[in-house]
Amino acid sequence: MTKSRTVSLVLSAPLAALLLAGCSSVEPWVKPYEREHLADPIMSFDRDPVSSTYLDHVFEVREGARGATGGVGGGCGCN
Amino acid sequence: MKRNMIRTGALLLALNLTAAFPAAANSIVAGATAPAFQLSSAGGGALSLADLKGQVVLINFWASWCGPCRQEMPVLEQLYKKYKAGGFTLLGVNVEPKSADAASFLQSTPVSFPIVFDADSHVSKLYEVSGMPSTVIVDRKGTVRYVHHGYKPGEESEYLDQIRTLMRE
Amino acid sequence: MFALGATGHAGVLPDDRADMMWHQWEGGGVTVQGPSILLRKKLGDSLSLAANYYVDMVSSASVDVLSTASPYKERRTQKSLSADYLHGKTTYSLGVISSIEPDYHANTGYFSVSEDMFGDLTTVAFGFTRGWDQVGEREHVLNITDWVGDADHRNWQLSLSQILTRNWLLSVNFETSESEGYLKSPYRSARYLAPDGSVQTEEEVYPGTRTGNAASMQLKYYLPWHAALAGSYRFYKDTWSILAHTVDVGYTQPLFADWTFDADVRYYRQTAANFYSDLFPYQASQNFLARDRELAQYHDLTLGLGVTWQFHPRWPRWIEKGTMNLRYDRMHIAYDDFHNYLVGSAPGVLPLYSYDANITQFFISAWF
Repeated sequence: MTKSRTVSLVLSAPLAALLLAGCSSVEPWVKPYEREHLADPIMSFDRDPVSSTYLDHVFEVREGARGATGGVGGGCGCN
Repeated sequence: MKRNMIRTGALLLALNLTAAFPAAANSIVAGATAPAFQLSSAGGGALSLADLKGQVVLINFWASWCGPCRQEMPVLEQLYKKYKAGGFTLLGVNVEPKSADAASFLQSTPVSFPIVFDADSHVSKLYEVSGMPSTVIVDRKGTVRYVHHGYKPGEESEYLDQIRTLMRE
Repeated sequence: MFALGATGHAGVLPDDRADMMWHQWEGGGVTVQGPSILLRKKLGDSLSLAANYYVDMVSSASVDVLSTASPYKERRTQKSLSADYLHGKTTYSLGVISSIEPDYHANTGYFSVSEDMFGDLTTVAFGFTRGWDQVGEREHVLNITDWVGDADHRNWQLSLSQILTRNWLLSVNFETSESEGYLKSPYRSARYLAPDGSVQTEEEVYPGTRTGNAASMQLKYYLPWHAALAGSYRFYKDTWSILAHTVDVGYTQPLFADWTFDADVRYYRQTAANFYSDLFPYQASQNFLARDRELAQYHDLTLGLGVTWQFHPRWPRWIEKGTMNLRYDRMHIAYDDFHNYLVGSAPGVLPLYSYDANITQFFISAWF
C-alpha cells in the first residue's frame, strides 16, 4: 500500500468514528419549518439544468479548465 | 493525491450510509400529552387545541413552499370530509412567517378543514417538528398516538387505519 | 465530453419537467446552433428518469480553419439517458451519454451517490465518470473519416453542500480528471521559425496523459427583498502546467409575480500549457509541441442577462406551470500568446488574437 493511501485510510478511521458519534447529537440549527427561503427556486444552484449544462459545455470546449462546476443540496429538505 | 482525497470522501460516505441514523432526531413521541396551543385561524378568530378535546385530531404541519405538503392537502381534505361526522377533525398548521403565499395556495386549492397560522413557529417548536410535512394524530383524551414525518403518496391509507382505530375507542 | 459534477439531489427527487431549447454560439468565425430537448419523469415514488437530445450544427470559418483550410459545415448529435433512485435520504444516479459527429465519437457513463445528513443541512455527493473517445480526421471533399486514435477519460467528483443559515447556502466541489490516449487535434500543426526566416509547420506532439484537479466554492445568499446573489470561485491545475481561475457572480431578481431577471458576470484566466507555443524557435525544439489556442495564455469575460416569464396554461390540465426563457451572454476572449494569422504571416508583426461571441438561448419549460 502506498504511503498516501495509508495516510488517507488512517485519517478516515477516526474521522469516521467522529462522524458516527456526532451524527445523532447534532441538532439542525435551521429547522425544517424555517426553510422557506432555501426552498425558493431562485436559491437553487441549478434552476434550469438544460441551460446550465449548455453554458458549462460552451466554456469547457473553449477553455483549458474542466470540472467542479456542480452544486448539490439546499432546497426544501422535505420528506 | 487529489484522487486519494476523493477516495477518502467516498469511504466516509459509504461508512455514513451504514451508520444507524435516527429517522427524526428528537421529535414528539407517542404517549405524550399533546401540548396545548392557540393560534389565529384562516376563518378569523382564534382556535385552540383544547376546543377540540373529545374528538380524534389529526394535526398537519405544512407550508406552501413544500412540494409533498401541497400534494398531501387534497388527500387530507378527502379524509376530513369522510370522517368529520364521526368525531374526527383535522387541523392544518401553516408554518410560514408570512401568510400571503399560504393564502394564495388555499385560493387555488381550497380546503374545508380549519387552517391556523403559526407565524412565529412556537407551536412547531412545541411539537418538535423535524420534517416537512409532519402529521401528529391525537386521540379523544388529548394524547399523541401516531407521528408521521414527510408524505409519500399512499401514506394516507396508514392515516385511515390509525384514525379508525382511535375513533373506535 | 460534457463536464459532469456529482449531480445527486439527496432527499428529494427532481421535479418532472420538459424543456425545449434553441441555442446559438456566434463568434470567432464560428456559428454553432441547434436544439436541446430535455424530458424528466418520475416512475413511481423512488425513480426519476431523464432523457436529452442535443444537436450542434457547426458552420466554421474560424481563424484555425481559415489559415490552413476552407470553411466547413458539420453536425454533432448527442443523446443521453439517466436514472435517479431515491432510498431514504440517499439518491443513486446512473447515466450514459453518446456524442456522434463525423470525426469524433464520445461515449460516457457516470455514477453518483448523494446523501443528506445532519438534519438535512448537509449534502455529500460522490461521483465517477468514465469516457471512451474515438478521434478521427475527416477529409471533407471525399467525405471519408480516418480514425487516428482513442482517448480514455476518468473523472472523480466530490461535492459537499451546507446550509449555513436560513439565507446562506455553501457548496464546495472537487474534481479530478484523468485523460490518456490521443489527446490532440489531428487537424492542427505547430509552427516554427525556419533558418531562412519563413514560418514552417511541423506535427504537434502531445503527452499521452493529462491529469487535472479542480476545486470550487459556491455561495448563495437570499436577499431580504426577495432576490438571490450567487458567487463562485474555481481553481484548476493540471499536469500540462495549465493554471486557471474562474470567478462568477450572479444576481436573480423576481418581479411582478410572473417575471424573473438574471444578471451574470464571469471572468476566466489561464496560463499556457508548458508545451504550447504560437511559434517555436526552430524545428523539433521540444519533446512536446502544441499550438492549440485552448492551451494558450488568455482570459475571457462573459456578461449574461436572462429573462423568465412564468405562466399557468389552462390547457392541458396536467401542466402545472410553464416558463418562457431568453438568455443572452456576450463573451470577450483575448489571447496573450496566440496571434491572428489571417492578417498576414510575417512573424512578430501580427496582432494578438481576440474576439467577441454572442451566446443566445431560448427555451420553454413545462412542469407536470
